[in-house]
Amino acid sequence: MSVTQNAPASIYRTKEDLGVWEHRGKVAVVGIGHSPTFRRWDERLETSVGYLTIQAIQKALEDAGVKPEEVDGVVSSPKGMGEGWAPRPIPEDFANTYKPTDGDPNDGLDGASADWIVNNVPGLDNVSFTMHGPACISNALVVAAQAVGDGLAKTCLVVRGTGNIGGRYGQYGAAAADQASGASQWTNPWGWQLIPQIAFGFDQYCRKYGSNHDKMAPFILNQRRNGSMFPEGFYYQNRPEDLQITTEDYVSARWICKPMNLYDCDLPIQTAWAYLITTADRAKDMKQKPVYILNHCSQRGVVRSLVETLEETEAFTDSIAKKVYQGSGLTASELDICNPYDGFTLFTQYYLEGLKWHGVKRGEAHDFWAGDIRVEGPHPFSSSGGNNGNGRTRTWNQTDTMQQLQGRAGLRQVTIRAETGLAGAFTPGVSDWMVYGISPD
Amino acid sequence: MPKQSPVPDEVSKPFWDACNQNKLVVQHCETCDRMQFPPESTCVKCESSSMGWKEVSGMGKIHGYCVMHDSRIRLLQADQPFNIAVIELQDDPDIKMFSHLPGTDADEVVIGSIVRVEFQDTEATGQKVPEWRVV
Ligand SMILES: [Zn+2]
Repeated sequence: MSVTQNAPASIYRTKEDLGVWEHRGKVAVVGIGHSPTFRRWDERLETSVGYLTIQAIQKALEDAGVKPEEVDGVVSSPKGMGEGWAPRPIPEDFANTYKPTDGDPNDGLDGASADWIVNNVPGLDNVSFTMHGPACISNALVVAAQAVGDGLAKTCLVVRGTGNIGGRYGQYGAAAADQASGASQWTNPWGWQLIPQIAFGFDQYCRKYGSNHDKMAPFILNQRRNGSMFPEGFYYQNRPEDLQITTEDYVSARWICKPMNLYDCDLPIQTAWAYLITTADRAKDMKQKPVYILNHCSQRGVVRSLVETLEETEAFTDSIAKKVYQGSGLTASELDICNPYDGFTLFTQYYLEGLKWHGVKRGEAHDFWAGDIRVEGPHPFSSSGGNNGNGRTRTWNQTDTMQQLQGRAGLRQVTIRAETGLAGAFTPGVSDWMVYGISPD
Repeated sequence: MPKQSPVPDEVSKPFWDACNQNKLVVQHCETCDRMQFPPESTCVKCESSSMGWKEVSGMGKIHGYCVMHDSRIRLLQADQPFNIAVIELQDDPDIKMFSHLPGTDADEVVIGSIVRVEFQDTEATGQKVPEWRVV
């Protein structure tokens, strides 16, 4: 077990009507680092999650012009999204290179805890604050933003690595068992997991608003188009041809769980990434234009029974929008970059409609996507391309929002105003959100 | 369809024991007179620990569904594609349960159909689970 603890519940702004975030504009992102991306781990040291995590951290520090000795905080999302490697024998060169953490042989292989990072990143000698924001980089970003605002750290890394070993994704452990215990006693006998939940909800949505699955195509194709302009992304680096799908390819793809098909799902990959967060005062002296944090908030929805109904999903995303705007002091028309989460694509419309970005109301998202949502157009929704255009990390929307505000999104740079932005993940029921601005005021 | 056998715990045991006697019961808060499913040690709404069980009619309605073609759950893969329906109980439509809808072909589901509970054995332990059939 690593020593670092998960953030306490008090860190997260889950309630409505909390007012403007008390540290609005006092904390900033100053560095971004992405390791190379791979489809699977080939068991070499140089492609291990640990190695990639160190690479990503070094890039983020270099991006900011900060030495590792200046870092005093590390917040990590300690596990990735893939299966653990142990109990398979740990490859010798990995074991010989890195200092393990007590009790977790997978640390550095399926993710990297804050303790593993402090143990193994050269020069991280002055870290006095570590904390975990589990399950999602958006969670870790929220934790770090609040921690730096509260003065627990001054210069804080925010990190996640994710691994993808061989075998079919998710088909191990409880999924391969003959019995179901704990929470899964109510769901696994019928095969109810997140995928059916999202597919069922999307079907309800289409019935309520008179839409259908084919109407997702413009969004999917645009996500992939945005991915083709994201040099840090998996498809850009490894499979650019996979981004060239047509409407016909999309609507004829095999069902995973009807009405969810193959292209509604994101591809598991092996990679790591890191951000550097500091106080607004320090941010001024660093290499990049600071991306000020205007707000963070979180959703921890409680459902009435076993499923999340469409009504609950809509209420959850209404609540997210309310908290996003209240805590940042922005209105919908003042939110320039809108990068909600897309893994799975079939829940993205709830976020867009809850946020009412560019005036989109309930039931209107699919028609909105049929208009011009290209990055160079008037409504550049999800300019990152998301997981769908870049592979499963839950981080592309964060990186893109930061880069858009810094004016360094390259070919993806939007032509509309890019002074504020939103990114977050994961589901309507459980998610964490960051609001950024180019000005601390 | 073969299914994983649910493993009862302290809180859920009365529910699964009732299934083995072909009875459907739902946890009920004596304090705020509200059904709760899945069961918890206290009421999620009023935090009361006076939780009992109520036998329900065993009738319900199809609230919605999806059709699984590529499940992660190994035991279910041989029967793909199969329906996963969300059933709302007649006694309280807020209470939802799942069903493969035995007797209804994959993707031939009519939302709003009335269904009746039945109980199906599971292989690993023999524990019975509720299933629902269109009447
Ligand atoms: Zn109660």
